[in-house]
Amino acid sequence: MIHFSKVTKRYPNGFEALVDVSLHIKKAEMVFLTGHSGAGKSTLLKMIPLIERPSAGQVIIDDKHLGRVKRRQIPALRRDIGIIFQDSKLLNDRNVFDNVALPLLVSGEHHPREVGRRVRAALDKVGLLNRENDFPVYLSGGERQRVGIARAVVNRPKVLIADEPTGNLDPVLSREIMSLFEQFNQVGVTLLIASHDLELIGSLNKRIVSIRNGRMLADEGGRVEAAQTG
Amino acid sequence: MKEAGLKPHKQANRYSAKDDVKQNVTVKRVPAAQRSGRVGLIKRLRNYFALHFHVLTTTLSQLGRALMGNFMTAVVIGISLALPAALHVFLNKVESLGAAWQESAQISLFLQPNISAQNSTQLMNELKSWPEIDSLEYISPEQALEDFRQNSGLGDALAMLDDNPLPGVVVVSPTMAHQNPAAAESLLERLRQRPEVDLAQLDLEWVQRLHGLIGLAERVVLVLGGLLALAVLFVIGNTIRLAIQNRHDEIEVIKLIGGSDAFVRRPFLYNGMWFGLFGSLLAWLLVNILLMVLDGPVRQLAELYDSQFSLGLVDIKTTLLLLLLGPLLGLVGAWLVTGRRLRVIEPA
Repeated sequence: MIHFSKVTKRYPNGFEALVDVSLHIKKAEMVFLTGHSGAGKSTLLKMIPLIERPSAGQVIIDDKHLGRVKRRQIPALRRDIGIIFQDSKLLNDRNVFDNVALPLLVSGEHHPREVGRRVRAALDKVGLLNRENDFPVYLSGGERQRVGIARAVVNRPKVLIADEPTGNLDPVLSREIMSLFEQFNQVGVTLLIASHDLELIGSLNKRIVSIRNGRMLADEGGRVEAAQTG
Repeated sequence: MKEAGLKPHKQANRYSAKDDVKQNVTVKRVPAAQRSGRVGLIKRLRNYFALHFHVLTTTLSQLGRALMGNFMTAVVIGISLALPAALHVFLNKVESLGAAWQESAQISLFLQPNISAQNSTQLMNELKSWPEIDSLEYISPEQALEDFRQNSGLGDALAMLDDNPLPGVVVVSPTMAHQNPAAAESLLERLRQRPEVDLAQLDLEWVQRLHGLIGLAERVVLVLGGLLALAVLFVIGNTIRLAIQNRHDEIEVIKLIGGSDAFVRRPFLYNGMWFGLFGSLLAWLLVNILLMVLDGPVRQLAELYDSQFSLGLVDIKTTLLLLLLGPLLGLVGAWLVTGRRLRVIEPA
Protein backbone atom coordinates (compact mmCIF):
# COMPACT_ATOMS: atom_id res chain seq x y z
CA MET A 1 0.00 0.00 0.00
CA ILE A 2 2.79 2.39 0.98
CA HIS A 3 6.23 1.92 -0.56
CA PHE A 4 9.28 4.09 0.06
CA SER A 5 12.34 3.02 -1.88
CA LYS A 6 15.69 4.72 -1.25
CA VAL A 7 14.02 8.02 -0.42
CA THR A 8 16.28 10.97 0.39
CA LYS A 9 15.12 14.45 1.27
CA ARG A 10 17.70 17.21 1.13
CA TYR A 11 16.71 20.82 1.82
CA PRO A 12 18.23 23.73 -0.11
CA ASN A 13 20.37 24.62 2.91
CA GLY A 14 22.03 21.21 2.71
CA PHE A 15 20.21 19.62 5.66
CA GLU A 16 19.30 16.00 5.03
CA ALA A 17 15.99 15.15 6.67
CA LEU A 18 15.84 11.63 5.24
CA VAL A 19 18.65 9.50 3.87
CA ASP A 20 18.08 6.41 1.75
CA VAL A 21 14.90 5.30 3.52
CA SER A 22 13.13 2.19 2.25
CA LEU A 23 9.88 1.13 3.86
CA HIS A 24 7.08 -1.13 2.73
CA ILE A 25 3.72 -1.18 4.41
CA LYS A 26 1.16 -3.75 3.35
CA LYS A 27 -2.53 -3.17 2.96
CA ALA A 28 -4.43 -3.11 6.26
CA GLU A 29 -1.22 -2.89 8.25
CA MET A 30 -0.84 -0.60 11.25
CA VAL A 31 2.68 0.77 11.64
CA PHE A 32 4.19 3.15 14.17
CA LEU A 33 6.98 5.49 13.25
CA THR A 34 9.16 6.52 16.13
CA GLY A 35 12.25 8.56 16.83
CA HIS A 36 13.35 11.78 18.48
CA SER A 37 11.92 15.04 17.33
CA GLY A 38 13.79 16.15 14.24
CA ALA A 39 14.60 12.56 13.30
CA GLY A 40 12.60 12.83 10.10
CA LYS A 41 9.26 11.29 11.11
CA SER A 42 7.22 14.27 9.94
CA THR A 43 9.16 14.61 6.70
CA LEU A 44 8.46 10.98 5.90
CA LEU A 45 4.76 11.36 6.62
CA LYS A 46 4.54 14.57 4.58
CA MET A 47 5.67 12.75 1.46
CA ILE A 48 2.56 10.57 1.41
CA PRO A 49 0.09 13.40 0.71
CA LEU A 50 2.77 15.22 -1.35
CA ILE A 51 3.28 18.07 1.09
CA GLU A 52 6.96 17.34 0.45
CA ARG A 53 8.56 15.67 -2.53
CA PRO A 54 11.67 13.49 -2.21
CA SER A 55 15.00 14.76 -3.55
CA ALA A 56 15.79 11.21 -4.62
CA GLY A 57 14.05 7.87 -4.52
CA GLN A 58 10.48 6.82 -5.09
CA VAL A 59 7.23 6.81 -3.17
CA ILE A 60 4.35 4.65 -4.34
CA ILE A 61 0.94 4.84 -2.66
CA ASP A 62 -1.72 2.36 -3.70
CA ASP A 63 0.12 1.61 -6.97
CA LYS A 64 0.46 5.32 -7.75
CA HIS A 65 3.94 6.73 -8.39
CA LEU A 66 3.91 10.03 -6.56
CA GLY A 67 6.79 11.32 -8.65
CA ARG A 68 4.48 11.32 -11.63
CA VAL A 69 1.64 13.15 -9.91
CA LYS A 70 1.34 16.67 -11.28
CA ARG A 71 0.45 19.68 -9.16
CA ARG A 72 -3.12 19.72 -10.46
CA GLN A 73 -3.62 16.09 -9.46
CA ILE A 74 -2.51 16.55 -5.85
CA PRO A 75 -5.96 17.49 -4.44
CA ALA A 76 -7.50 14.27 -5.80
CA LEU A 77 -4.64 12.27 -4.26
CA ARG A 78 -5.09 13.88 -0.86
CA ARG A 79 -8.80 13.09 -0.82
CA ASP A 80 -7.92 9.41 -0.65
CA ILE A 81 -5.69 9.88 2.38
CA GLY A 82 -6.87 10.76 5.86
CA ILE A 83 -4.49 13.02 7.75
CA ILE A 84 -4.50 13.58 11.51
CA PHE A 85 -2.38 16.31 13.07
CA GLN A 86 -0.99 16.84 16.54
CA ASP A 87 -2.94 20.10 16.91
CA SER A 88 -6.01 18.66 15.14
CA LYS A 89 -6.15 21.72 12.79
CA LEU A 90 -9.90 22.31 13.08
CA LEU A 91 -11.45 25.44 11.60
CA ASN A 92 -12.58 27.57 14.53
CA ASP A 93 -15.18 29.56 12.62
CA ARG A 94 -17.45 26.56 12.05
CA ASN A 95 -19.00 23.94 14.26
CA VAL A 96 -18.07 20.28 14.65
CA PHE A 97 -20.51 19.12 12.00
CA ASP A 98 -19.20 21.54 9.37
CA ASN A 99 -15.60 20.68 10.22
CA VAL A 100 -16.22 16.99 9.69
CA ALA A 101 -18.28 17.67 6.55
CA LEU A 102 -15.45 19.62 4.91
CA PRO A 103 -13.72 16.66 3.17
CA LEU A 104 -17.08 15.63 1.70
CA LEU A 105 -17.69 19.12 0.30
CA VAL A 106 -14.15 19.19 -1.02
CA SER A 107 -14.65 15.94 -2.90
CA GLY A 108 -17.92 17.11 -4.41
CA GLU A 109 -20.56 15.53 -2.18
CA HIS A 110 -23.05 18.25 -1.34
CA HIS A 111 -26.34 16.49 -0.98
CA PRO A 112 -27.46 17.45 2.54
CA ARG A 113 -28.94 14.04 3.34
CA GLU A 114 -25.83 12.13 2.25
CA VAL A 115 -23.49 14.60 3.98
CA GLY A 116 -25.53 14.42 7.18
CA ARG A 117 -25.57 10.63 7.15
CA ARG A 118 -21.82 10.26 6.68
CA VAL A 119 -20.82 13.04 9.08
CA ARG A 120 -22.98 11.51 11.83
CA ALA A 121 -21.57 8.06 11.11
CA ALA A 122 -18.04 9.44 11.54
CA LEU A 123 -18.95 11.37 14.69
CA ASP A 124 -20.66 8.30 16.09
CA LYS A 125 -17.47 6.28 15.56
CA VAL A 126 -15.46 8.74 17.68
CA GLY A 127 -18.28 9.09 20.22
CA LEU A 128 -19.09 12.76 19.65
CA LEU A 129 -22.50 12.49 18.07
CA ASN A 130 -23.99 14.81 20.67
CA ARG A 131 -21.46 17.60 20.05
CA GLU A 132 -22.11 18.28 16.37
CA ASN A 133 -23.36 21.82 16.95
CA ASP A 134 -20.52 22.91 19.22
CA PHE A 135 -17.65 25.07 18.08
CA PRO A 136 -14.07 23.74 18.45
CA VAL A 137 -13.19 26.31 21.15
CA TYR A 138 -15.69 24.67 23.50
CA LEU A 139 -14.14 21.22 23.14
CA SER A 140 -11.44 19.65 25.28
CA GLY A 141 -8.11 18.59 23.76
CA GLY A 142 -9.20 14.98 23.49
CA GLU A 143 -12.52 15.91 21.91
CA ARG A 144 -10.82 18.17 19.39
CA GLN A 145 -8.50 15.36 18.42
CA ARG A 146 -11.44 13.00 18.00
CA VAL A 147 -13.19 15.53 15.75
CA GLY A 148 -9.96 15.66 13.74
CA ILE A 149 -10.08 11.89 13.42
CA ALA A 150 -13.73 11.96 12.37
CA ARG A 151 -12.79 14.48 9.69
CA ALA A 152 -9.96 12.24 8.49
CA VAL A 153 -12.16 9.16 8.15
CA VAL A 154 -15.41 10.70 6.90
CA ASN A 155 -14.33 10.11 3.28
CA ARG A 156 -13.50 6.45 4.12
CA PRO A 157 -9.87 6.68 3.00
CA LYS A 158 -7.80 3.54 2.51
CA VAL A 159 -4.77 5.16 4.12
CA LEU A 160 -4.68 7.09 7.37
CA ILE A 161 -1.57 8.95 8.51
CA ALA A 162 -1.20 10.62 11.88
CA ASP A 163 1.61 12.90 13.09
CA GLU A 164 1.90 12.72 16.91
CA PRO A 165 -1.87 12.38 17.33
CA THR A 166 -1.54 11.96 21.09
CA GLY A 167 1.25 14.47 21.58
CA ASN A 168 -0.94 16.87 23.54
CA LEU A 169 -3.03 14.32 25.43
CA ASP A 170 -2.77 12.57 28.79
CA PRO A 171 -2.21 8.77 28.88
CA VAL A 172 -5.88 7.84 29.32
CA LEU A 173 -7.02 9.92 26.37
CA SER A 174 -4.07 8.70 24.34
CA ARG A 175 -5.13 5.10 24.90
CA GLU A 176 -8.64 5.94 23.72
CA ILE A 177 -7.30 7.50 20.53
CA MET A 178 -5.09 4.48 19.88
CA SER A 179 -7.94 2.04 20.35
CA LEU A 180 -9.91 4.07 17.81
CA PHE A 181 -7.04 3.60 15.37
CA GLU A 182 -7.07 -0.13 16.07
CA GLN A 183 -10.77 -0.22 15.22
CA PHE A 184 -10.12 1.42 11.87
CA ASN A 185 -7.29 -0.99 11.24
CA GLN A 186 -9.61 -3.92 11.90
CA VAL A 187 -11.90 -2.83 9.06
CA GLY A 188 -8.96 -2.76 6.61
CA VAL A 189 -7.57 0.77 6.83
CA THR A 190 -3.78 1.08 6.45
CA LEU A 191 -2.33 3.29 9.19
CA LEU A 192 1.02 4.97 9.62
CA ILE A 193 1.32 6.78 12.93
CA ALA A 194 4.26 8.87 14.07
CA SER A 195 4.67 8.88 17.84
CA HIS A 196 7.43 9.08 20.39
CA ASP A 197 5.27 7.67 23.18
CA LEU A 198 7.17 4.37 23.34
CA GLU A 199 5.34 3.05 26.36
CA LEU A 200 1.97 3.43 24.68
CA ILE A 201 2.86 2.08 21.25
CA GLY A 202 4.90 -0.74 22.72
CA SER A 203 1.84 -2.06 24.50
CA LEU A 204 -0.14 -2.32 21.25
CA ASN A 205 1.88 -5.13 19.72
CA LYS A 206 2.19 -3.58 16.27
CA ARG A 207 5.05 -3.06 13.85
CA ILE A 208 7.37 -0.24 14.90
CA VAL A 209 9.79 1.55 12.61
CA SER A 210 12.43 3.75 14.23
CA ILE A 211 14.43 6.41 12.53
CA ARG A 212 17.26 8.60 13.76
CA ASN A 213 18.91 11.49 11.95
CA GLY A 214 16.96 10.65 8.84
CA ARG A 215 18.08 7.02 8.65
CA MET A 216 16.15 3.83 9.27
CA LEU A 217 17.33 2.32 12.53
CA ALA A 218 15.06 -0.59 13.24
CA ASP A 219 11.96 -2.28 11.85
CA GLU A 220 10.52 -4.57 14.48
CA GLY A 221 7.41 -6.66 14.76
CA GLY A 222 6.13 -4.79 17.77
CA ARG A 223 7.92 -5.80 20.96
CA VAL A 224 8.52 -3.34 23.76
CA GLU A 225 12.24 -4.12 24.01
CA ALA A 226 12.84 -3.49 20.32
CA ALA A 227 11.12 -0.16 20.41
CA GLN A 228 13.04 1.05 23.38
CA THR A 229 16.37 0.47 21.69
CA GLY A 230 15.26 2.96 19.01
CA MET B 1 -33.68 3.12 -31.36
CA LYS B 2 -33.69 3.52 -27.63
CA GLU B 3 -37.16 2.04 -27.21
CA ALA B 4 -36.34 -0.82 -29.50
CA GLY B 5 -33.28 -1.50 -27.43
CA LEU B 6 -35.16 -1.44 -24.19
CA LYS B 7 -38.07 -3.65 -25.14
CA PRO B 8 -36.26 -6.99 -25.38
CA HIS B 9 -34.70 -6.22 -22.03
CA LYS B 10 -38.09 -5.75 -20.46
CA GLN B 11 -39.27 -8.99 -21.95
CA ALA B 12 -36.19 -10.75 -20.67
CA ASN B 13 -36.95 -9.17 -17.35
CA ARG B 14 -40.39 -10.72 -17.15
CA TYR B 15 -39.13 -13.99 -18.50
CA SER B 16 -36.30 -14.26 -15.99
CA ALA B 17 -38.51 -13.49 -13.07
CA LYS B 18 -40.51 -16.59 -13.89
CA ASP B 19 -38.00 -19.31 -14.49
CA ASP B 20 -34.28 -18.89 -15.17
CA VAL B 21 -31.71 -17.95 -12.53
CA LYS B 22 -29.06 -17.01 -15.10
CA GLN B 23 -31.32 -14.37 -16.53
CA ASN B 24 -31.20 -12.55 -13.22
CA VAL B 25 -27.87 -11.09 -14.30
CA THR B 26 -29.66 -9.28 -17.13
CA VAL B 27 -32.33 -8.15 -14.72
CA LYS B 28 -29.77 -6.44 -12.56
CA ARG B 29 -28.07 -4.82 -15.51
CA VAL B 30 -31.13 -3.09 -16.90
CA PRO B 31 -31.63 -0.50 -14.20
CA ALA B 32 -27.88 0.08 -14.09
CA ALA B 33 -27.80 0.88 -17.79
CA GLN B 34 -30.76 3.19 -17.41
CA ARG B 35 -29.12 4.94 -14.52
CA SER B 36 -25.72 5.51 -16.04
CA GLY B 37 -26.07 8.55 -18.29
CA ARG B 38 -29.02 10.67 -17.30
CA VAL B 39 -29.14 10.26 -13.57
CA GLY B 40 -25.40 10.91 -13.40
CA LEU B 41 -25.89 14.25 -15.09
CA ILE B 42 -28.79 15.18 -12.84
CA LYS B 43 -26.77 14.25 -9.79
CA ARG B 44 -23.83 16.26 -11.05
CA LEU B 45 -26.03 19.29 -11.74
CA ARG B 46 -27.66 18.93 -8.34
CA ASN B 47 -24.25 18.71 -6.74
CA TYR B 48 -23.08 21.76 -8.69
CA PHE B 49 -25.98 23.91 -7.54
CA ALA B 50 -25.80 22.56 -4.00
CA LEU B 51 -22.11 23.49 -3.92
CA HIS B 52 -22.73 27.02 -5.13
CA PHE B 53 -25.68 27.48 -2.83
CA HIS B 54 -23.53 26.28 0.05
CA VAL B 55 -20.72 28.74 -0.79
CA LEU B 56 -23.28 31.50 -1.33
CA THR B 57 -24.80 31.09 2.12
CA THR B 58 -21.58 30.43 4.02
CA THR B 59 -19.80 33.46 2.54
CA LEU B 60 -22.83 35.59 3.35
CA SER B 61 -22.91 34.43 6.96
CA GLN B 62 -19.15 34.98 7.21
CA LEU B 63 -19.64 38.59 6.06
CA GLY B 64 -22.29 38.99 8.73
CA ARG B 65 -19.78 38.03 11.42
CA ALA B 66 -17.61 41.13 10.88
CA LEU B 67 -20.57 43.34 10.13
CA MET B 68 -19.13 46.78 10.89
CA GLY B 69 -15.91 46.45 8.90
CA ASN B 70 -17.65 44.89 5.92
CA PHE B 71 -20.37 47.52 6.04
CA MET B 72 -17.76 50.27 5.83
CA THR B 73 -16.17 48.61 2.81
CA ALA B 74 -19.59 48.40 1.19
CA VAL B 75 -20.18 52.11 1.92
CA VAL B 76 -16.91 53.07 0.21
CA ILE B 77 -17.94 51.01 -2.83
CA GLY B 78 -21.46 52.46 -2.65
CA ILE B 79 -20.28 56.07 -2.68
CA SER B 80 -17.84 55.37 -5.49
CA LEU B 81 -20.63 53.88 -7.59
CA ALA B 82 -23.22 56.48 -6.52
CA LEU B 83 -21.28 59.44 -7.93
CA PRO B 84 -21.24 58.41 -11.60
CA ALA B 85 -24.70 56.84 -11.23
CA ALA B 86 -26.16 60.10 -9.92
CA LEU B 87 -24.58 62.14 -12.71
CA HIS B 88 -25.83 59.65 -15.26
CA VAL B 89 -29.38 59.86 -13.90
CA PHE B 90 -29.31 63.69 -13.86
CA LEU B 91 -28.10 63.84 -17.42
CA ASN B 92 -30.82 61.45 -18.51
CA LYS B 93 -33.45 63.66 -16.90
CA VAL B 94 -32.06 66.87 -18.42
CA GLU B 95 -31.77 65.17 -21.79
CA SER B 96 -35.41 64.10 -21.71
CA LEU B 97 -36.32 67.68 -20.84
CA GLY B 98 -34.29 68.97 -23.79
CA ALA B 99 -35.93 66.42 -26.08
CA ALA B 100 -39.36 67.68 -25.03
CA TRP B 101 -38.37 71.19 -26.02
CA GLN B 102 -36.81 70.01 -29.24
CA GLU B 103 -40.21 68.74 -30.34
CA SER B 104 -41.50 72.29 -30.40
CA ALA B 105 -38.65 73.53 -32.58
CA GLN B 106 -39.86 76.28 -34.90
CA ILE B 107 -38.23 78.33 -37.59
CA SER B 108 -39.00 82.02 -37.82
CA LEU B 109 -38.69 83.63 -41.25
CA PHE B 110 -38.33 87.41 -41.12
CA LEU B 111 -39.40 88.65 -44.55
CA GLN B 112 -37.83 91.48 -46.50
CA PRO B 113 -39.36 94.79 -45.26
CA ASN B 114 -40.40 95.96 -48.69
CA ILE B 115 -42.19 92.78 -49.68
CA SER B 116 -45.83 93.08 -50.76
CA ALA B 117 -48.72 91.27 -49.11
CA GLN B 118 -49.28 89.42 -52.37
CA ASN B 119 -45.73 88.16 -52.47
CA SER B 120 -45.90 86.89 -48.93
CA THR B 121 -49.17 85.03 -49.64
CA GLN B 122 -47.47 83.46 -52.63
CA LEU B 123 -44.55 82.35 -50.45
CA MET B 124 -46.97 80.88 -47.94
CA ASN B 125 -48.76 78.85 -50.60
CA GLU B 126 -45.50 77.53 -51.93
CA LEU B 127 -44.14 76.54 -48.54
CA LYS B 128 -47.37 74.70 -47.72
CA SER B 129 -46.52 72.16 -50.42
CA TRP B 130 -43.12 71.28 -48.85
CA PRO B 131 -43.26 67.84 -47.31
CA GLU B 132 -40.95 68.83 -44.44
CA ILE B 133 -43.33 71.46 -43.18
CA ASP B 134 -46.18 70.60 -40.88
CA SER B 135 -47.85 73.99 -40.45
CA LEU B 136 -47.31 77.66 -41.15
CA GLU B 137 -48.42 80.81 -39.41
CA TYR B 138 -48.20 84.27 -40.93
CA ILE B 139 -47.80 87.27 -38.68
CA SER B 140 -48.31 90.48 -40.64
CA PRO B 141 -46.30 93.60 -39.75
CA GLU B 142 -49.47 95.19 -38.34
CA GLN B 143 -50.25 92.25 -36.11
CA ALA B 144 -46.63 92.11 -34.96
CA LEU B 145 -46.76 95.77 -34.04
CA GLU B 146 -49.98 95.23 -32.12
CA ASP B 147 -48.48 92.28 -30.18
CA PHE B 148 -45.38 94.24 -29.45
CA ARG B 149 -47.39 97.21 -28.22
CA GLN B 150 -49.35 95.03 -25.81
CA ASN B 151 -46.44 92.96 -24.52
CA SER B 152 -43.53 95.35 -24.35
CA GLY B 153 -45.10 98.25 -22.47
CA LEU B 154 -43.56 100.61 -24.99
CA GLY B 155 -46.93 101.48 -26.54
CA ASP B 156 -46.53 105.24 -26.12
CA ALA B 157 -43.10 105.27 -27.69
CA LEU B 158 -44.33 103.20 -30.63
CA ALA B 159 -47.13 105.67 -31.23
CA MET B 160 -44.54 108.25 -32.06
CA LEU B 161 -43.25 106.21 -35.04
CA ASP B 162 -44.78 107.24 -38.35
CA ASP B 163 -43.84 103.96 -40.01
CA ASN B 164 -44.16 100.33 -38.92
CA PRO B 165 -40.55 99.14 -38.54
CA LEU B 166 -41.48 95.47 -38.06
CA PRO B 167 -41.28 92.96 -40.92
CA GLY B 168 -43.80 90.23 -41.68
CA VAL B 169 -42.95 86.92 -40.07
CA VAL B 170 -43.73 83.34 -41.11
CA VAL B 171 -43.49 80.78 -38.30
CA VAL B 172 -42.65 77.37 -39.76
CA SER B 173 -43.26 74.19 -37.75
CA PRO B 174 -41.41 71.22 -39.23
CA THR B 175 -43.05 67.79 -39.30
CA MET B 176 -42.07 65.33 -36.53
CA ALA B 177 -39.59 63.65 -38.84
CA HIS B 178 -37.71 66.89 -39.44
CA GLN B 179 -37.43 68.09 -35.89
CA ASN B 180 -34.08 66.53 -35.09
CA PRO B 181 -31.24 69.04 -35.11
CA ALA B 182 -29.67 67.96 -38.44
CA ALA B 183 -32.93 67.90 -40.43
CA ALA B 184 -34.11 71.17 -38.93
CA GLU B 185 -30.76 72.70 -39.84
CA SER B 186 -30.99 71.65 -43.52
CA LEU B 187 -34.56 72.94 -43.70
CA LEU B 188 -33.36 76.20 -42.22
CA GLU B 189 -30.67 76.43 -44.88
CA ARG B 190 -33.16 75.92 -47.70
CA LEU B 191 -35.47 78.56 -46.33
CA ARG B 192 -32.61 80.99 -46.02
CA GLN B 193 -32.04 80.71 -49.80
CA ARG B 194 -35.47 82.21 -50.54
CA PRO B 195 -35.22 85.79 -51.87
CA GLU B 196 -38.27 86.87 -49.84
CA VAL B 197 -36.55 85.88 -46.61
CA ASP B 198 -34.40 88.46 -44.92
CA LEU B 199 -33.46 86.38 -41.90
CA ALA B 200 -34.24 82.75 -40.95
CA GLN B 201 -33.77 81.71 -37.39
CA LEU B 202 -34.11 78.33 -35.74
CA ASP B 203 -35.83 78.98 -32.45
CA LEU B 204 -34.41 77.08 -29.53
CA GLU B 205 -31.01 76.92 -31.10
CA TRP B 206 -29.89 76.71 -27.55
CA VAL B 207 -31.54 73.29 -27.35
CA GLN B 208 -28.86 72.15 -29.74
CA ARG B 209 -26.20 73.74 -27.60
CA LEU B 210 -27.70 71.97 -24.63
CA HIS B 211 -27.44 68.71 -26.55
CA GLY B 212 -23.82 69.48 -27.22
CA LEU B 213 -23.18 70.17 -23.56
CA ILE B 214 -24.98 66.99 -22.53
CA GLY B 215 -22.86 65.02 -24.98
CA LEU B 216 -19.75 66.45 -23.38
CA ALA B 217 -21.04 65.82 -19.88
CA GLU B 218 -21.88 62.23 -20.82
CA ARG B 219 -18.30 61.73 -21.89
CA VAL B 220 -17.11 63.18 -18.58
CA VAL B 221 -19.44 60.83 -16.69
CA LEU B 222 -18.11 57.90 -18.70
CA VAL B 223 -14.49 58.74 -17.89
CA LEU B 224 -15.30 59.48 -14.25
CA GLY B 225 -17.34 56.28 -14.03
CA GLY B 226 -14.47 54.32 -15.50
CA LEU B 227 -12.03 55.75 -12.97
CA LEU B 228 -14.35 55.10 -10.06
CA ALA B 229 -15.05 51.57 -11.30
CA LEU B 230 -11.30 51.05 -11.24
CA ALA B 231 -11.25 52.37 -7.68
CA VAL B 232 -14.02 49.91 -6.73
CA LEU B 233 -11.99 47.12 -8.33
CA PHE B 234 -9.00 47.99 -6.18
CA VAL B 235 -11.03 48.43 -2.98
CA ILE B 236 -12.58 44.98 -3.43
CA GLY B 237 -9.26 43.49 -4.49
CA ASN B 238 -7.59 44.84 -1.38
CA THR B 239 -10.40 43.63 0.88
CA ILE B 240 -10.15 40.14 -0.59
CA ARG B 241 -6.37 40.23 -0.26
CA LEU B 242 -6.75 40.96 3.46
CA ALA B 243 -9.36 38.20 3.76
CA ILE B 244 -6.88 35.74 2.22
CA GLN B 245 -4.25 36.82 4.73
CA ASN B 246 -6.70 36.37 7.61
CA ARG B 247 -7.67 32.90 6.47
CA HIS B 248 -4.22 31.64 5.64
CA ASP B 249 -4.49 28.72 8.09
CA GLU B 250 -7.91 27.73 6.86
CA ILE B 251 -6.70 27.70 3.26
CA GLU B 252 -3.83 25.45 4.31
CA VAL B 253 -6.17 22.99 6.03
CA ILE B 254 -8.52 22.88 3.06
CA LYS B 255 -5.62 22.19 0.73
CA LEU B 256 -4.41 19.45 3.09
CA ILE B 257 -7.68 17.59 2.89
CA GLY B 258 -7.69 17.79 -0.90
CA GLY B 259 -9.38 21.08 -1.75
CA SER B 260 -8.59 22.05 -5.34
CA ASP B 261 -7.48 25.55 -6.30
CA ALA B 262 -10.98 26.22 -7.60
CA PHE B 263 -12.55 25.06 -4.33
CA VAL B 264 -10.29 27.35 -2.31
CA ARG B 265 -10.86 30.26 -4.64
CA ARG B 266 -14.64 30.04 -4.92
CA PRO B 267 -15.57 31.56 -1.52
CA PHE B 268 -13.33 34.56 -2.18
CA LEU B 269 -14.94 35.15 -5.56
CA TYR B 270 -18.36 35.03 -3.94
CA ASN B 271 -17.06 37.36 -1.25
CA GLY B 272 -16.07 39.92 -3.89
CA MET B 273 -19.43 39.53 -5.58
CA TRP B 274 -21.25 40.17 -2.31
CA PHE B 275 -19.24 43.34 -1.72
CA GLY B 276 -20.10 44.53 -5.23
CA LEU B 277 -23.78 43.70 -4.79
CA PHE B 278 -24.12 45.42 -1.42
CA GLY B 279 -22.10 48.38 -2.71
CA SER B 280 -24.37 48.81 -5.72
CA LEU B 281 -27.48 48.45 -3.55
CA LEU B 282 -26.14 51.20 -1.31
CA ALA B 283 -25.31 53.32 -4.36
CA TRP B 284 -28.87 52.87 -5.65
CA LEU B 285 -30.22 53.93 -2.28
CA LEU B 286 -27.91 56.96 -2.12
CA VAL B 287 -28.89 58.18 -5.58
CA ASN B 288 -32.57 57.80 -4.75
CA ILE B 289 -32.12 59.76 -1.53
CA LEU B 290 -30.28 62.46 -3.48
CA LEU B 291 -33.08 62.64 -6.05
CA MET B 292 -35.70 62.90 -3.32
CA VAL B 293 -33.80 65.66 -1.53
CA LEU B 294 -33.38 67.66 -4.76
CA ASP B 295 -36.88 67.00 -6.09
CA GLY B 296 -38.56 69.81 -4.12
CA PRO B 297 -36.27 72.66 -5.26
CA VAL B 298 -36.22 71.34 -8.83
CA ARG B 299 -40.01 71.24 -8.91
CA GLN B 300 -40.19 74.84 -7.66
CA LEU B 301 -37.71 75.95 -10.28
CA ALA B 302 -39.62 74.13 -13.01
CA GLU B 303 -42.88 75.74 -11.93
CA LEU B 304 -41.33 79.16 -12.57
CA TYR B 305 -40.96 78.04 -16.17
CA ASP B 306 -44.52 76.66 -16.29
CA SER B 307 -43.14 73.12 -16.40
CA GLN B 308 -44.34 69.96 -14.62
CA PHE B 309 -40.79 68.61 -14.59
CA SER B 310 -39.77 66.55 -11.57
CA LEU B 311 -36.82 64.25 -10.93
CA GLY B 312 -38.65 61.09 -9.83
CA LEU B 313 -36.57 58.04 -8.86
CA VAL B 314 -33.81 56.04 -10.55
CA ASP B 315 -35.16 54.43 -13.70
CA ILE B 316 -35.29 50.67 -14.19
CA LYS B 317 -32.51 50.59 -16.78
CA THR B 318 -30.03 52.41 -14.57
CA THR B 319 -31.07 50.27 -11.59
CA LEU B 320 -30.42 47.05 -13.49
CA LEU B 321 -27.14 48.39 -14.85
CA LEU B 322 -26.00 49.31 -11.35
CA LEU B 323 -27.04 45.98 -9.82
CA LEU B 324 -25.27 44.09 -12.61
CA LEU B 325 -22.13 46.17 -12.75
CA GLY B 326 -21.48 46.14 -8.97
CA PRO B 327 -21.31 42.35 -8.54
CA LEU B 328 -19.36 42.04 -11.80
CA LEU B 329 -16.75 44.52 -10.56
CA GLY B 330 -16.57 42.60 -7.28
CA LEU B 331 -16.09 39.31 -9.08
CA VAL B 332 -13.37 40.69 -11.34
CA GLY B 333 -11.64 42.44 -8.43
CA ALA B 334 -11.59 39.21 -6.43
CA TRP B 335 -10.52 37.21 -9.48
CA LEU B 336 -7.52 39.44 -10.04
CA VAL B 337 -6.09 39.05 -6.54
CA THR B 338 -6.97 35.42 -5.80
CA GLY B 339 -5.26 33.49 -8.58
CA ARG B 340 -1.57 33.59 -7.79
CA ARG B 341 -1.96 34.53 -4.13
CA LEU B 342 -3.92 31.39 -3.32
CA ARG B 343 -1.66 29.16 -5.38
CA VAL B 344 1.42 30.06 -3.38
CA ILE B 345 -0.21 29.08 -0.08
CA GLU B 346 0.87 25.51 0.45
CA PRO B 347 0.80 23.42 3.60
CA ALA B 348 4.25 22.98 5.10
